[in-house]
Amino acid sequence: MPEGARKTTVTCKVNGRKQTLHVYPMARLLDVLREELRLTGTKEGCGEGECGACAVMMDGALVNSCLVPVLQAEGTEITTIEGIADGDRLHAVQEAFITSGGAQCGICTPGMILAAVNLLERVPDPGEAEIRAGLAGNLCRCTGYRKIFDAVVRACQRAQSRA
Amino acid sequence: MRSYLPAYDLQAPKNLAEALARMDREPGVWKPLAGGTDLMVLFEAGQLAHRKLLSLWHLPEFQGIEVGTDAVSLGALTTYTDVLRHPVLQREFPLLCQAARETGGVATQNRGTLAGNIANASPAADSPPALLVYDAQLELISAHGSRRVAYQDFHTGYKQMDLRPEELIARIRLPRRGNARRHYYRKVGTRKAQAIAKVCFAGMAEMRGEEIRDIRIALGSVAPTVIRCRKTEEVLRGQKLDAAALEAARQALAGEIAPIDDFRSTAKYRRRVALNLLEDFLLS
Repeated sequence: MPEGARKTTVTCKVNGRKQTLHVYPMARLLDVLREELRLTGTKEGCGEGECGACAVMMDGALVNSCLVPVLQAEGTEITTIEGIADGDRLHAVQEAFITSGGAQCGICTPGMILAAVNLLERVPDPGEAEIRAGLAGNLCRCTGYRKIFDAVVRACQRAQSRA
Repeated sequence: MRSYLPAYDLQAPKNLAEALARMDREPGVWKPLAGGTDLMVLFEAGQLAHRKLLSLWHLPEFQGIEVGTDAVSLGALTTYTDVLRHPVLQREFPLLCQAARETGGVATQNRGTLAGNIANASPAADSPPALLVYDAQLELISAHGSRRVAYQDFHTGYKQMDLRPEELIARIRLPRRGNARRHYYRKVGTRKAQAIAKVCFAGMAEMRGEEIRDIRIALGSVAPTVIRCRKTEEVLRGQKLDAAALEAARQALAGEIAPIDDFRSTAKYRRRVALNLLEDFLLS
């Protein structure tokens, strides 16, 4: 197959660090994160935007990194699961996933946590319907959703009691 | 990844003029790519026919929702999230908001665009039935100028559109009509979230007492394109909503839709659900 593209330079911030990437423009953000930057916390599930395992935040918006060509990451700020904790201090959502048993095999967990963190950034005190809608794009094949749902409720309660 | 990455080029034109010039110089060669929620799926699956893609995501001319006296104009790159956050759309175009809410999850809503949903031309897309009910118009632009087409005339057959190879969808225009109407939107899929429609129904009715003064009905996933059901509307317009009118409407709709068996559902099921949704809309 003929080569139609040349590698290009994409500059963006990932978890607060400036990155200059030398990549094919159609490379999936997912693959660049995992293979170029070795941030393997972001998982590939379906590869077609159905499962949310590869969810990251791009300029504060939740996106499926399997559907983002890396050229469109130029100038953006990206947060992956590796950027959610504050050093060794876990984010309230991460703590709550542990306490509630919201993870089993772990493949959906990074995406679930990104979706939950993103939800709480947008809606600090979400109701049941808002939590369900916030997690609707993330599929889990192990636990069922109850414990994941509980984890998000717990994280909200903790945030509320701290405030 | 089932595609050979180096074979695919993606370029981000500096501005709209450059994008249009590129489309004009090599018509049909450059495939516009916005949020990637459809094209990147094909790419991953090794089914993306185009080797050259033009990223439009960053072009300001195609962004923004402008509210005018007579119409709301939505930039081609308006995402489902943009739709959901807009107070005028919530108030006056609830069917579009409902469609946006039921399209994928948050991540898809953040990246999927209305023009992308239109240009992907799937008969199962969620926003087109709402756009049909609202008499949307499309503004198409090329290096040679722009033109406006009624959205109901835009899809000419399965994946066929009244869109020249050098043209881009610039904006979507929704005429404002006030909000004293009954709106109904229902997407039927295998599950509530993250499903593609087996049948999608959008309806709007204006009543005068018990009489139907005006009515609009559009469906998805029941024909080669999304369809506006004018014959059914005609049967109902000016009628009092009784058992005879309901039966006439059911018969008219049965004649207007042409569902098929495919991997998502069957023609029989789709026909039955479409008629049930019509009844649910009329009696709601």
